[in-house]
Amino acid sequence: MPVRGPALTEQDAALLEQGPGPVRVGLSVNGAKRTLDIEPRVSLLDALREHLHLTGAKKGCDQGTCGACTVWVDGRRALACLTLALTCEGHEITTVEGLSEDGELHEMQRAFIAEDAFQCGYCTPGQIMSAVALVQEGHAGDDDEIKEWMSGNICRCAAYPHIRAAIRAARDRM
Amino acid sequence: MRPITYLRATDTASAVTAVSTDPTSDFLAGGTTEVDLLRQNVLNPRRLVDINDLPLTDVEGTPAGGVRIGALARMSDVAADPVVRERFPLIAQALELGASAQLRNMASMGGNLLQRVRCSYFRDAESPCNKREPGTGCSAVEGFSRGHAVLGTSEHCIATHPSDVAVALVALDAQVRTTGPHGERTYAIDDFFLLPGDSPHREHPLEHGELITGIEVPATPVARHSHYLKVRDRASYEFALVSVAAALSVVDGVIADVRMALGGVATKPWRARRAEDFLIGARVQRDDFAMAARVEMADARPTPMNAFKVELAQRAIVRVLDLLSDGTGDGSEPGPGAGSPS
Repeated sequence: MPVRGPALTEQDAALLEQGPGPVRVGLSVNGAKRTLDIEPRVSLLDALREHLHLTGAKKGCDQGTCGACTVWVDGRRALACLTLALTCEGHEITTVEGLSEDGELHEMQRAFIAEDAFQCGYCTPGQIMSAVALVQEGHAGDDDEIKEWMSGNICRCAAYPHIRAAIRAARDRM
Repeated sequence: MRPITYLRATDTASAVTAVSTDPTSDFLAGGTTEVDLLRQNVLNPRRLVDINDLPLTDVEGTPAGGVRIGALARMSDVAADPVVRERFPLIAQALELGASAQLRNMASMGGNLLQRVRCSYFRDAESPCNKREPGTGCSAVEGFSRGHAVLGTSEHCIATHPSDVAVALVALDAQVRTTGPHGERTYAIDDFFLLPGDSPHREHPLEHGELITGIEVPATPVARHSHYLKVRDRASYEFALVSVAAALSVVDGVIADVRMALGGVATKPWRARRAEDFLIGARVQRDDFAMAARVEMADARPTPMNAFKVELAQRAIVRVLDLLSDGTGDGSEPGPGAGSPS
């Protein structure tokens, strides 16, 4: 429930101060409107995982260095751990759960399976969300370009050669 | 993270009023530094004023040949802008060699200038740090200082300014435009970044509630022939050990115009004026490049751990000048690994 804080002044009285307690927020996730009550300090990652039970996006570092939490905001890849969920109201969130269509895996998901592009799999949802965006951005031209533009997704199993193979394969079919 | 309240601003004036009238409020833009530091309790505002809806995202070329960059334009959008790429290749290169694709989609240009240092003692929220808690001392001076600055340091702080694009902007004499409780202001970018001196907690001249609205890069014909070289511990997604932003114009074998700034080695984006002064009118030859580099780094005050940066910076300066005087530094796309040590 939005509440007005104690420090409102004449000028910003028109603006609505929310929190610090739970606030009702409407998020559009994978094409569906979702309503949840969260504190303003809750990250998009925690909102997805703990409140909407969409556990595809992973919490690796929780400080913007590993890329395991990569999702799309309005179609652009972004880090859910460094995004506050309240800032996403009015924007479209896409997670790895929203990638398949009519029960069919996305080309990139199929390529990751075919090319054995993971070992433990923890970074994989972030890798896939980043990889699809990479191809759509036009930055998957060759291996050097893929390496540079995928550098925000760390794989501690070091499955990188297979990840690149999967991206090359999916790129040619997307 | 401590509890916070949240307010989404719909226009610049009310955003400025909301923050400037409340010492416990801060602006929130891309959040890539701020949310991280909130979670670590390094920053402790009571309230965040979200400015992401403000109409400050435009990137537009000026008729004179410069470019105006809105404070909320994202790093990725500025890097991809055709006018920026044509007129100021070093800006596009500096942006694309910074952070990761995800972070560049999030981070705003104004926030980039205001990003906080990567010094681990500043960021751990525990160690003595004059930047975080004035008067407590500097842990880095006698501590782990491999990544720290060798130029512009003081006994109170040796943290390196982490931005890449700010280095390019300093080389280009950009201006930072703001609006605050006392109206609009314009700062020469070199004056926007303060040396630590005895007040390292003051990093810029902004007053509380003063908001960066844009960055203006003046027409700089020499910048069409420019390059940003970044040297770091891994090939991508890493802060600079040393970086050089440079633009060069050579006429009949003589340097007619040059711009240069250094990153990774100083407490602020470092305009290499001594090197520039030495190079203007000099012939294009390696000995002169090396001398210019030596002159620029003459006042370096390294620690035992970062002494390598003095030599590395000189080599990087020579390498950029070699590249640009070869005619190969034509502002082409930054290649992967372009910044890796060789």
